[in-house]
Amino acid sequence: MSTTTQQKRSGGLRELGKMFGGGQSSGRQVGILGALVVIVVIFQIATGGLTLDPTNLINLVNQNAYVLILAIGMVMVIIAGHIDLSVGSVAAFTGIIVATSMNSWNLPWPLAILLGLVIGALIGAWQGWWVAYVGVPAFIVTLAGMLIFRGGNQFIGNSATVPVPDAFTIIGGGFLPDFGPDIGYSNPTLLLGLAVAVVIVIQEIRVRRTQTRMGSEKAPLWVSIVKIVILLGIVVYATLLFAGGRIGTSFPVSGIILGVLVLVYSFVTRNTTFGRHIYAVGGNWHAAELSGVKTKRINFFVMMNMSVLASLAGMIAVARSVASGPGDGVGWELDAIAAVFIGGAAVSGGIGTIVGSIVGGLVIAVLNNGLQLLGVGVDRVQIIKGLVLLLAVGIDVYSKRQGRPTLRGLLRRNRKNPSPGDQNAVPIERPSVAPTGSAEETSRSQSTTPN
Amino acid sequence: MTANPTILEMRSITKEFPGVKALSEVSIEVKAGEIHAICGENGAGKSTLMKVLSGVYPYGTYSGDIIYQGQEMRFKDIRSSEHAGIVIIHQELALIPELSITENIFLGNEPGRGGIIDWQVAKTEAIGLLARVGLSDDPDTQIKNIGVGKQQLVEIAKALNKSVKLLILDEPTAALNEADSQHLLDLIRGLKGKGVSSIMISHKLNEIEAVADSITIIRDGKTIETIDVVANGVNEDRIIQGMVGRVLENRFPEHESTVGEVFFEVRNWTVQHPLTTERLVVKNSSFTVRRGEVVGFAGLMGAGRTELAMSIFGRSYGTYLSGRVFKDGKEIQLRNVSEAIDHGIAYVSEDRKSLGLNLLDDIKRSIVSAKLSKISKGSVVDKVAEHTVAERFRTSLRIKTPTVDEGVNKLSGGNQQKVVLAKWMFTDPDLLILDEPTRGIDVGAKTEIYGIIRDLAAQGKGIIMISSELPELLGVSDRIYTIFEGTITADLPSAEADPETLMKNMTSKRAVSR
Repeated sequence: MSTTTQQKRSGGLRELGKMFGGGQSSGRQVGILGALVVIVVIFQIATGGLTLDPTNLINLVNQNAYVLILAIGMVMVIIAGHIDLSVGSVAAFTGIIVATSMNSWNLPWPLAILLGLVIGALIGAWQGWWVAYVGVPAFIVTLAGMLIFRGGNQFIGNSATVPVPDAFTIIGGGFLPDFGPDIGYSNPTLLLGLAVAVVIVIQEIRVRRTQTRMGSEKAPLWVSIVKIVILLGIVVYATLLFAGGRIGTSFPVSGIILGVLVLVYSFVTRNTTFGRHIYAVGGNWHAAELSGVKTKRINFFVMMNMSVLASLAGMIAVARSVASGPGDGVGWELDAIAAVFIGGAAVSGGIGTIVGSIVGGLVIAVLNNGLQLLGVGVDRVQIIKGLVLLLAVGIDVYSKRQGRPTLRGLLRRNRKNPSPGDQNAVPIERPSVAPTGSAEETSRSQSTTPN
Repeated sequence: MTANPTILEMRSITKEFPGVKALSEVSIEVKAGEIHAICGENGAGKSTLMKVLSGVYPYGTYSGDIIYQGQEMRFKDIRSSEHAGIVIIHQELALIPELSITENIFLGNEPGRGGIIDWQVAKTEAIGLLARVGLSDDPDTQIKNIGVGKQQLVEIAKALNKSVKLLILDEPTAALNEADSQHLLDLIRGLKGKGVSSIMISHKLNEIEAVADSITIIRDGKTIETIDVVANGVNEDRIIQGMVGRVLENRFPEHESTVGEVFFEVRNWTVQHPLTTERLVVKNSSFTVRRGEVVGFAGLMGAGRTELAMSIFGRSYGTYLSGRVFKDGKEIQLRNVSEAIDHGIAYVSEDRKSLGLNLLDDIKRSIVSAKLSKISKGSVVDKVAEHTVAERFRTSLRIKTPTVDEGVNKLSGGNQQKVVLAKWMFTDPDLLILDEPTRGIDVGAKTEIYGIIRDLAAQGKGIIMISSELPELLGVSDRIYTIFEGTITADLPSAEADPETLMKNMTSKRAVSR
């Protein structure tokens, strides 16, 4: 009896957890999403409304799209039980070649992007080969890659900056072209918002239908409705914000690229055999191998994919800053790794989600941005970011050790304790469990230790 | 207090996990200088009770009282219970393989001053402690270089060093062979004479019958009864009855075998140790399996049973040297695990936690994990089909869980094993290799697994069952091979075999050809 009431009670939260792909890490991600909301609200108040200002939001997306793209690849690497330290250097290496190709060889920009992706794939194949087939730990392979490709960038570019043509900059700092009647809002952004809203509703209906087909216990209808209302609220609000910016601005192109990647990779990790195999390899390498998973191939592709995404991130960053330089991408790997761990991934592999990592990345992004708006110096911003990372993972580790897997579990436990009588059928004369702290008992419990 | 013959009393212990009541009002009384066995099916709450006692679940997370040597105890962690002289030896040994015996014995308790270890003292004391447990190995030997049996003894030596008064042994003989088990049980009896009481959790009822002075039976988180063996005597059937709450007529399923043609054959299989090239782990072994037949493999620990099975299953162990595999009269190549699966071969590992399951996964994902392609279109997993499959196995194998979305780490050993069996049944194998399929599983679940094995055989599948428990092999198999040092030494129909014959062939060097 107690079980069912409890399940019902936590049903709503559990459903929310399913937005993040369910599984054992979802509770953590609901927690981090809550943290993101709190941080946004705090900064919105502290900056006097500057945080959720259209121009600032557009900046936020443009500034962070490439780190978030890196986080997508990084979480897959980390789920598989590896790490990639080379992403910043790979991004810079690709960036300088792509910039040179357009600048010196007059390669048209779409071809240049293709070239960049091919370079990423080649680098990824190189690193993946060492990790998967030779068996060198990814930490070492990518530490080497970090040096090799940083050096490569400076060698090719002569440690100088190479500018890129204007047409190319659309992927980094560009906006959707406006069309249709002038209603004071950016029309493409409104359409985009509408599309997202429709997708959210359809998705929820699909999920419920699937649950019906599986015959599994469905969340009550109100949970779905509340969820949809909240999400639609956020979408409408965000759409109006992004659409209401300066004339000529809209939701940034880099944000759209990011959004598409999030959707695609979420699907890949959650719904495909490849995705399953990544979790299997990270969760228990031996068991995966004995289940017929080609673990080497999985490791190879995960590493390769990371480098492709790093190249893409590099090109977007070059497009945003209109040039490729020797210092591009320094420290990106750390931002991406931090995003992934704040987003609930396990250091030992096997646990993590794309959406969680994006939320983790947004936490860092909003912190960065908000602190800058408040005029806090780079020095202190770094200190705060470091503490946030430590705190986020620390809370997670602590609550796991206490046998409460999540913050949610903590809340539930406290709620449950005051009413043990309803199902326990305990004799009333049984001594109370709660430590009363009376002098007698305290001394007695202490006396046992020195024995 | 010294007149009190009771060393430990746990009163009305109740322990809840979110959604589950693992222990409900469990009470147990252990007298000084006795061996007290705790029996119960998997998931009955035995291990939870011992974790409460040893402080793994600290005071305040459970309700009830622990009275030890006349005092109420409130352990806040394992250290505080060890201070009081209660030492628990877990099923999974807590030794560090790269360290020496001495270093392991004194780990966390090093003799010396100001953080500087006095290795002379440590070594001398280690030799003394080893002698007390009947070991004469060099204390500088690394743990990884001694066998599991000896490792278990080192654990006990470590406990003795902590001046243990109450020793808790969780499945101490699960990984040991008969000789090592016997030695360990003798040692526990010897300790009893020296004033060390023991609590022993074991699924091996014959051992309990042999050594226990009293037995507490736990079922579904409740104390069922305590049997005073000294006064009243006991037999296995009596224990089983208490554990499952009913009289188990027959532990092994009645079966009529309908053995068909030979469909699987291995010829002259030879495998090298993965690291030591001069060592042959499997030597020139040949065997056959018929349709609908359960073939037992008997051998002592280290005889090469698992190595033989794993090397056939897609060369997942050692270096293949020579040998051929035939299925349905045709030679097949099994160069990796996916080829083996494609040829309809399944291998259920003896080590389900580290080789059989991804403990981070949930039940439904685990069940389909060895043949995802079966429920995928393109490479997209059909989650509805996945759920349906998992539900089907949950019902047919009676996996005890509220939903198939539950994590496999939350299941008891027996139910985890059922998930592993489901995972391999889902691959539609023709040949199932089951390596110690009932290790660490309680009697009730064992009987269920025997039933599943016979059902699979009745469907015409071939089964290879590797087991250290001879009664189980004799009760379930149709035919038994014995292995000794990598060589198959006998091929006996189980109707003609008995434990003595098997044991003789498991320890003899001359190979019997057929």
